[in-house]
Amino acid sequence: MSWPLWEVFVRPRRGLNHQHVGSLHAADAEQALRNARDLYTRREEGVSIWVVPATAISASSPEERDAFFAPAADKIYRHPTFYEVPEGAEHI
Amino acid sequence: MYGNDIPEQPGHARLLDEVAAAERDLTGRGLGGDGTEGGADDYFGAVIAADGKIEPRDEMPEAYRKSLIRQIAQHAHSEIIGMQPEGNWISRAPSLKRKAILLAKVQDEAGHGLYLYAAAETLGVDRADLYEMLLDGRQKYSSIFNYPTLTWADVGAIGWLVDGAAIVNQVPLCRCSYGPYARAMIRVCKEESFHQRQGYEILHVLANGSPEQKAMAQDAIDRWWYPSLAMFGPPDTDSTHSAQSMAWKIKRFSNDELRQKFVDMTVQQAEVLGLSLPDPDLRLGEDGHWAYTQPDYDELFTVIKGDGPCNRQRIEHRRAAWEDGAWVREAATAYAKKREGATV
Ligand SMILES: [Fe+2]
Ligand SMILES: [Fe+2]
Repeated sequence: MSWPLWEVFVRPRRGLNHQHVGSLHAADAEQALRNARDLYTRREEGVSIWVVPATAISASSPEERDAFFAPAADKIYRHPTFYEVPEGAEHI
Repeated sequence: MYGNDIPEQPGHARLLDEVAAAERDLTGRGLGGDGTEGGADDYFGAVIAADGKIEPRDEMPEAYRKSLIRQIAQHAHSEIIGMQPEGNWISRAPSLKRKAILLAKVQDEAGHGLYLYAAAETLGVDRADLYEMLLDGRQKYSSIFNYPTLTWADVGAIGWLVDGAAIVNQVPLCRCSYGPYARAMIRVCKEESFHQRQGYEILHVLANGSPEQKAMAQDAIDRWWYPSLAMFGPPDTDSTHSAQSMAWKIKRFSNDELRQKFVDMTVQQAEVLGLSLPDPDLRLGEDGHWAYTQPDYDELFTVIKGDGPCNRQRIEHRRAAWEDGAWVREAATAYAKKREGATV
């Protein structure tokens, strides 16, 4: 009888996104939150915590990494550096 | 908060800088790329060669996975068992301030154990199984924790020397090739520096106290010095796992290199304390490194095999804590089930 695994996300400060910091075991969400507080924010490392059952996460497969992300690879025109700006134009 | 008034430890800032640099490298690795653009056939080899990070679901050689599980689990076990020698003094700390500090330190060690078990679990093992292997002796923990803490000064010596040696060992692991282990180590190292300083401060206070207190501090150092040197493992000539670990970039420095680094830092720190290290043959060489007497490696292997002063006691205590806590785990599970039923 092993407690389920939870992934822990912490918002370090107001204005920043929650970030994955690690995982822990807990019987339920409430206990997971308390354990996460004791484990990952002993030095005020966060102002908000999310806990997510590890089984609820769907992840892209590392084997398909090239194919999966390929559509973005040949579209350099999505970056501003692709464009030539004529001499003298300001604020662009 | 604790108003520490002790001299800065030489070498300290530089080690912490290395942790910060490892962290910067992790976040600064740039968008997307892992150094292996172009779909290498040997993805694992290419990532290692490019000094990239292997992440949990990446393909990796079975031997790499096994080796990491062994190392991370033993590291986790060391943190957990390591709570005992100091935990022993929480109720007898000489002041409320020292008690609060020691409590926080021991709680940190529990945290280190949990970060590490979590990192090991990303490799497809279950924490409960690792626990089982600790309790039945199939997996080891650092031999240092099989020595007893006889006086309050031992708490100081452990913080200064044992946590100090642990830091020297752990800082390079912040750059280890396995992402979850490297990230756990960055967290751990940031916390360790308080551990070492509080120990150093305890010894500094004792060294400047009564003659009896100074003698107590010296006695603790005399007993912990060689076991601390042995924490770096057998000499390079006898180290079985080192070469492969270095090739995989799990380890970055050899046992002897790390031991030398520790000695070089510690000699000067002892001088500042006005206490001595129990090695009459310490000599500063022309190369800037201290020559020192090796620890007794036969003793190291005896302790690792289970015949140190406190091996049985440590595992018994751990087993009792696990078994005595069974009702808490069962109650929490039952409560979670009941609430789940209520809300659905
Ligand atoms: Fe630790
Ligand atoms: Fe520590």
